[in-house]
Amino acid sequence: MTTLVIAEHDNASLRSTTRNAITAARRLDGEVHVLVAGGGCSAACEAAAGIEGVDKVLCADQPACTDQGAEALASLVVAMVKAGTVAYTHILAPASTFGKNVTPRVAALLDVAQVSDVVAIEDANTYVRPIYAGNALATVRSDDGIQVLTVRTTAFDAAADGAAAPVEAVSIEAAAGGSSLVGRQLTESARPELGAAKTIVSGGRGLGNGDNFQALLEPLADRLGAALGASRAAVDAGFVPNDYQVGQTGKIVAPQLYVAVGISGAIQHLAGMKDSKVIVAINKDPEAPIFQVADYGLVGDLFDVVPQLTAALG
Amino acid sequence: MKILVPVKRVVDYNVKVRVKADQSGVELANVKMAMNPFDEIAIEEAVRLKEAGVASEVVAVSCGVPACQETLRAALAIGADRAVLVTSVVELQPLAVAKILKAIVEKEAPSLVILGKQAIDDDANQVGQMLAALLDWPQATFASKVEASDGQVRVTREIDGGLETLAMPLPAVITTDLRLNEPRYATLPNIMKAKKKPLETVAGESLGVDLAPRLTTLKVVEPPSRKAGILVADVAQLVDKLKNEAQVL
Repeated sequence: MTTLVIAEHDNASLRSTTRNAITAARRLDGEVHVLVAGGGCSAACEAAAGIEGVDKVLCADQPACTDQGAEALASLVVAMVKAGTVAYTHILAPASTFGKNVTPRVAALLDVAQVSDVVAIEDANTYVRPIYAGNALATVRSDDGIQVLTVRTTAFDAAADGAAAPVEAVSIEAAAGGSSLVGRQLTESARPELGAAKTIVSGGRGLGNGDNFQALLEPLADRLGAALGASRAAVDAGFVPNDYQVGQTGKIVAPQLYVAVGISGAIQHLAGMKDSKVIVAINKDPEAPIFQVADYGLVGDLFDVVPQLTAALG
Repeated sequence: MKILVPVKRVVDYNVKVRVKADQSGVELANVKMAMNPFDEIAIEEAVRLKEAGVASEVVAVSCGVPACQETLRAALAIGADRAVLVTSVVELQPLAVAKILKAIVEKEAPSLVILGKQAIDDDANQVGQMLAALLDWPQATFASKVEASDGQVRVTREIDGGLETLAMPLPAVITTDLRLNEPRYATLPNIMKAKKKPLETVAGESLGVDLAPRLTTLKVVEPPSRKAGILVADVAQLVDKLKNEAQVL
């Protein structure tokens, strides 16, 4: 058995999601190969080679892969599988926007099913995955010859460094995709990445506007060394950019501490954060559903409570 | 230019589903059903492209049980011109749906397929990408902005780190994210008009594609529930609890 993990990276470094995916791959007995496909990605390849449990890194440093388009990456993975040099049994990627974009293309071209958002691996073809916004957990078995999976990163710890796996260049060429990259607008932040943060301060519609969001939550997040998140309502209202969104269709997070401020707690939001270890809710409405999942609830006006909390943590 | 919009009938997003006692699935009897919200956004986007003069026809397609007709009528009420229902007696999984849609695309020859990025029942997020792969078309998933013109489309996508803009030639597949648009409410006259729009029914089995399910659901259970928390009186008590009881500070 050999698993091919599709690494998520920005050429210079690996995204932490790759480490979660490697941990999931190690749950499947067998070798773990990591494909790093990009343009000028040797640093990311070296980083992958150092991760515990990685047996081999496959480096596809090719013009067609520079923008990491789904068409090019999927064509490369499928060609590697079909070449048969290694009999891959599992193809695995993090269930991030990167993985979700690429892996269904791979599965379709291999004529196999994909199992999305795996939270537990029972054996080599049986997996647990959430459905209906996490209101049910389904155990599914795939009878396909090659198993294509995306894994929920919060369900698997990040693999640590501790290996020196060989790095091999991939000789197979990716086919150029039909799409071309015009540009990226990435949110610059000195804060921890939302998906990997130990503490998250998250704001909702109750903050009223983007200025309040910044003025109240930034200082609190600074004190806690936290990442900032938001409910869909806050993103839709334009308080913060889209990549702040926590929920069923946004980011799934599971920090040690999640502080929900002015968030009512729609099931779609709860789906994204209810696996957090400790949840704090601050809301003026005592009936807000967020209190049903909160370990500690504080009913009060967030405009009074949040500055007090920030001061108390000083 | 013709736009094809696949739509799925799902449990309404306001319904909190219950797991069946025999662990075979979730209770669907007497539960309110609706169009998958992401597909509603897809229909709205296609109709707006038609209203802007970019598209000439919007065709909605749904796969599954006969009741999917209601979902198609809802799409027609938003402004789709006609609808295709592909019926199936077997449970349709994403790969099978993608194969059905490929067969419909080959028949209809649209320039653009716009569909929701995921359905809120199985949360799979697969069909659009799979369809694009089977057709060997470019794809733009998780779209928050679509600009189509002259055989080209430019799409802004919501990605984990922010936004990404792609350009691609048509034909192409686009999957919608939440902020692409806000779907209109269908007006009563449009709901009445929708009843008269053409709706063609095709037997999935007649399309010559493999519809067999690949995944077997062994059981469906409730997720572990969180134990009830407490309400604290003030900030001082909250900080004390976080430090001394939860030990997260």
